[in-house]
Amino acid sequence: MTDPRIPVTEDELHAYVDGELPAERRRDVEAWLATHADDAERVHSWRTMADALHARYDTVANEPVPARLEIERLDRAPRKWVYGAIAASFAAFVVGGGTGWLAHGAAVSPSIFQSFTVDALDAHRLYVVEVRHPVEVPGNERTHLQQWLTKRCGWDVRAPELGATGLKLVGGRLLPGPTGPASFLMYESASGERFTVYTAKAATEATQMRYTAQNNEGALFWADNGVGYVVSGGSDRDRLTQVARLVYDQIEKNGG
Amino acid sequence: MTAFRQSVEAMIPALRRYARALARDADVADDLVQDTLVRALRSERLFLGGDVRSWLYTILTNLNKNRRRSLARRPQFMPLLENNPDASGTEAEGRDIARALSTLVEEQRAVLLLVMLEGLSYREVADIQGVPIGTVMSRLARARAHVKAALEGERPALRRVK
Repeated sequence: MTDPRIPVTEDELHAYVDGELPAERRRDVEAWLATHADDAERVHSWRTMADALHARYDTVANEPVPARLEIERLDRAPRKWVYGAIAASFAAFVVGGGTGWLAHGAAVSPSIFQSFTVDALDAHRLYVVEVRHPVEVPGNERTHLQQWLTKRCGWDVRAPELGATGLKLVGGRLLPGPTGPASFLMYESASGERFTVYTAKAATEATQMRYTAQNNEGALFWADNGVGYVVSGGSDRDRLTQVARLVYDQIEKNGG
Repeated sequence: MTAFRQSVEAMIPALRRYARALARDADVADDLVQDTLVRALRSERLFLGGDVRSWLYTILTNLNKNRRRSLARRPQFMPLLENNPDASGTEAEGRDIARALSTLVEEQRAVLLLVMLEGLSYREVADIQGVPIGTVMSRLARARAHVKAALEGERPALRRVK
């Protein structure tokens, strides 16, 4: 038995509310609360707080579980982050329908995807509409552009040759990225469609490819050798996938 | 489906609730749950008995910590005004509690939610966060004091604004 004359501590008040207090001490606390209005008020406010939390968030637990969280679906996800998994996910984009998260089983924290694509899509939207000054260094100074961006970013920045998809290098610029500098390259086709390739330091070594679309602009994100890549442009996902595949193949060939 | 899978599946609604309160944003929350489930399913062979529930909360809590770490350098955007005169009392209260939660530091928010919303014991939360029980209790006390102050400080101010 505990001594009812021993003053009730704040820890005991919390333990009382959370059902962690030994049964024999509960009665002491109840007697204490009857004569200590301040503590009684605090205990009451914590219970009200718990009610408010349940009122706000229990509805989430009662919602139907979204399809992407179904166990059966997650089971079919690839198990490993390997070189092949990135390439394999290209096929998933072509086959899969709709927009959103196509590559399941991502062991990368969602924020990496988020912060990259948000930055890259912002930059994409900001500069693709620019007619006179879309880039800092024009595409006809490709060697200088690559050297400059490589030096400033700290990883090998090479502007891929995207002629096979009808795209020509407009040029590039240096941007602030999530955790340091980012490189930004712009390409253009004869018909004026523009694609951008954004790279920045990634917190993970390698990830699968993920797709997202926002206001008619699609983006594909992946990370490789600690560098994150976002290829953005247009709402035609097949076209974007074609461009991204070419970017990916050349980076892979050059050893990242 | 194995018993392990069934117990993981049964936890999805509660994990979504916890993640939503922890991360605020619905999409980010479900991303956290998805990554948690993928990790859990992959590690089925490594799971040698024990409490699946605590284990899942541990994975989710850690994933969120990593997520926030990588967001730490980015400025956080908060709406300047969240006035909606048509909101019912319950909605307004829901907004208040969500806003009060957002002012807590990460570890305190996790403790508060695990204890008050998910009903975990102090011992379980201590294991999840990898800290002694005393640390859990002091985090909980500080979180409750902070949320209480935030709720009480806010309501009269909102009432004054007509």
